Amino acid sequence: MPKVRIVFDRVRLEEKMLEQKAIELGHDTKMIDAKTTQFTTESKKNDYDFGDVVLERCVSYFRGLHFTAALEFLDIPVINSTEVANNCGNKMLTSLLLKKHNVPTPKTYFTFSSEAAVETLEKDGYPLVIKPIIGSWGRGVIPLRDRETADAIIEVRELNDGPLDRIYYLQEVVARPPRDIRAISVGDQLIAAMYRTSTGGGFKTNIALGAEPIVCEITKDLEDICMKASKAVGGGILGIDVMEDEKRGFVVHEVNNTVEFKGLSKVAKKNIPKEMIDYAIGYAKR
Amino acid sequence: MNDQRMNCPECDATIKIPDDASVGEIVSCPDCGADFEIASKNGGVCELKHAEKVGEDWGE
Repeated sequence: MPKVRIVFDRVRLEEKMLEQKAIELGHDTKMIDAKTTQFTTESKKNDYDFGDVVLERCVSYFRGLHFTAALEFLDIPVINSTEVANNCGNKMLTSLLLKKHNVPTPKTYFTFSSEAAVETLEKDGYPLVIKPIIGSWGRGVIPLRDRETADAIIEVRELNDGPLDRIYYLQEVVARPPRDIRAISVGDQLIAAMYRTSTGGGFKTNIALGAEPIVCEITKDLEDICMKASKAVGGGILGIDVMEDEKRGFVVHEVNNTVEFKGLSKVAKKNIPKEMIDYAIGYAKR
Repeated sequence: MNDQRMNCPECDATIKIPDDASVGEIVSCPDCGADFEIASKNGGVCELKHAEKVGEDWGE
């Protein structure tokens, strides 16, 4: 009987759905709390019960990333890999990889000081969207429509003075309908997609912020661009965010490592947790 | 379903813990709003600890 382990730091509906599905499928299933697990450089695989494959599902990005590194040190198959988590967790790395692999993506500027960020905005024109290079649920994603707004945001960043606040990630505002597409890829398949429409005329389309999930048909074009994006970051189980640019068609703006799917599972035709568990079992047999 | 009832460690109000709640899930006090994580569950007996605050790196 294959042994599936789900590593968590906070149990959300997604982790419960995965656990329940793995049990239903007859797999030996255990939940492992990352917060109470310890490793050393002397740790060995047999010291733990990480089974045949681990799904890393921590809500904290850095916790999950480093936990994954420890699992890989023990030669335990883990989804997603440290490399993929790192590529997806950092928006700058994601943008670079997407472009490098010819995946259509919004034009994005990277500067490494507030002065250079202001220079970019003054030279290339407003608006640009500023995003923290690490962060999610739409936090800190702000359209800079004029100099006054830019100065205010930059001042706040300078006051915070976090190491990542010195890296400025500025992205073009894509001319698109007031929605985006969230698609989930599992291995080499795109299993589900939905439109996320912003609520109350807002700018952001995150389900975590109340966007309404509406089923999106998986066309060949959507599948092609999403699978290219998945390969660009290293593959695995991913949430791919796509915008519909009025001129260019689909553009991928983000790839998410620990994908949330409670919104999409309401409208998806395929059983998302089942697809993920089946993939994990196949991954363990490689 | 027999929900377990515990006293809020902050304000002593009653917190209902659903029978099917798992370790790692969050329960909130209906009175003071404090969040607690279910740290352990032995039969019907749960242990609560203060939940972590939402971190800057939380999310997908």
